Amino acid sequence: MEIIGERINGMFRDIREAIQTKDKKPVQDWAVRQTDNGAAWLDINTGAGAEDQMAAMKWLINTVQEAVDTPLSLDSTNYDIIEEGLKLCKRPALINSCHADRYKIERVFPMAVKYNAKVIGLAMSEESGIPKNAENRVALAMELVAAADEFGLPLEDLYIDPLILPVNVAQDHAVEAMETLRQVKLLSDPAPKTVVGLSNVSQRCQNRKIINRTMLVMLMACGLDSAIADACDDDLMEAAATARILMNREIYCDSYISLFKTRKY
Amino acid sequence: MPVQVLKDRNPSSVITVTLGASKEQGGTRTTTVKVGGASSLPFLHFEGEAPNRPVIAMEVVDRNPAEWNEEVRKPFEGVLDDPAAWAKKCVDECGADMIFLRLQSADPDLGNSSPEKCIATVKSVLSAVGVPLAVVGCGIDEVDNAVISAVAEACAGENLLLGFATQNNYNTIVAACMVHKHTVIAQSPLDINICKQLNIMITEMGLPPEKIIIDPSIGGLGYGLEYSYSIGERGRLGALQGDKMLSMPTLGTIGMEAWKAKEANVGADEFPGWGDQAERGILWEATTAAALLQSGLDILVMRHPEAIRIVKKNINELMTKNSL
Repeated sequence: MEIIGERINGMFRDIREAIQTKDKKPVQDWAVRQTDNGAAWLDINTGAGAEDQMAAMKWLINTVQEAVDTPLSLDSTNYDIIEEGLKLCKRPALINSCHADRYKIERVFPMAVKYNAKVIGLAMSEESGIPKNAENRVALAMELVAAADEFGLPLEDLYIDPLILPVNVAQDHAVEAMETLRQVKLLSDPAPKTVVGLSNVSQRCQNRKIINRTMLVMLMACGLDSAIADACDDDLMEAAATARILMNREIYCDSYISLFKTRKY
Repeated sequence: MPVQVLKDRNPSSVITVTLGASKEQGGTRTTTVKVGGASSLPFLHFEGEAPNRPVIAMEVVDRNPAEWNEEVRKPFEGVLDDPAAWAKKCVDECGADMIFLRLQSADPDLGNSSPEKCIATVKSVLSAVGVPLAVVGCGIDEVDNAVISAVAEACAGENLLLGFATQNNYNTIVAACMVHKHTVIAQSPLDINICKQLNIMITEMGLPPEKIIIDPSIGGLGYGLEYSYSIGERGRLGALQGDKMLSMPTLGTIGMEAWKAKEANVGADEFPGWGDQAERGILWEATTAAALLQSGLDILVMRHPEAIRIVKKNINELMTKNSL
């Protein structure tokens, strides 16, 4: 289970201010804290508020890489910004993300191959939005899988996101996401990897942490490989480590939680 | 009809561990031994690499082991009171890759040898042979902590294989290995969970995985061999899947366990249907070894020269690449 730390995001006030004032400390603190607590990747998002998003992305990447060598997930809807970012990454990065629209695939997949990057492929398109049921999500996932083959992106480098919505407004979507995960794992051999933006499930809910971690372990049982999530939520990380043990993904030992945090999967 | 061979791809491999140190490496060994490194289940040469063959470490005891079966004592007649001569015979006549020296006389009931006397014994064996040495104590924690630490210091740089570190007693011996540049045997009681936990605790002290050999404990033929086999197999599968805390090469005390069995020891006069005891005992040891080779054992600690001859032949055949 790879946790992609979500905290370096301009939507958070401390990061937004750090970008504005070029204050490296809050960014690097979060990079270290998330890495030390078991984050396998660090998501980097400038937020919508940054004036010059290209400059902000470059500054965040360089700032984070000064502090840790954790690989980065470049989170932007502007692919030119992602491409400039990929040039700066010292380790192969994760492109977050690509819709299942043909023109986006044609922009993103060759770029991923060129920079040896991995791609988060969303099981949605501009035309269909987020499908209501698993069947239509899987159909879009299938297009992404076929495109990976077409453009020479190894399937292990494609992370399919079945998309999860806040449980208080779209309660019927969680089970569809779970079913999507099950079916995506049967699409090809080797199967693509899978990912979700976990915290989305609990937007504007009380008890966010318990919702997040319950969702995480349920999704893991359905085939989830990674999640963009709060890597500093100890309960969440412990639940992920424990689910791996219960799923017989590795041999039990008393120190399995600390082992999960140091090994990061 | 052509047969399609289904091949597993493994993302990881067993760690390679070097035992013994040459003059350039800070020791005095004329040969060193490399174990581990395999990237497939044992002997599946078509699925991965097996760069290092399993090795035989012959067991030598620092007191005349009167309790050993006469059949095992016979080949060593005349040297059973002299560990250095015994070790030399193992290397010169039986082709031992290593010597596994038990400092049993440190036991208060079996000689109560002082750490100084134990050091002298180890040094005499080091002088007599050029192969790497494993040195273990008598099995009493307090005694062994003193003896093995003293040996580690006196033989600093030799890269001895020192044992045993166990879940309840590992600090002293691991520290000695770190300071004086030796390798440790991490012994667990036929329990894969404790095996992994112990490796974590040892590496957390600062000893790298490349300085650890796993002794998962084994049972001889008829006495838990199946458990040993499945634990060895699970550990190897874990290693191949990338579980670094189960990736160290393994050691098994084959001779000791096989010759504990009643079936290896009682005479044909008692059980006529069982056949000649000498042959039976040798086969008991060789069969135990052959089975555990298939579970991925890297270091076989053995006793009888004839059993060793049979097992070496078996290893030679298993290490021959096949046409797949």
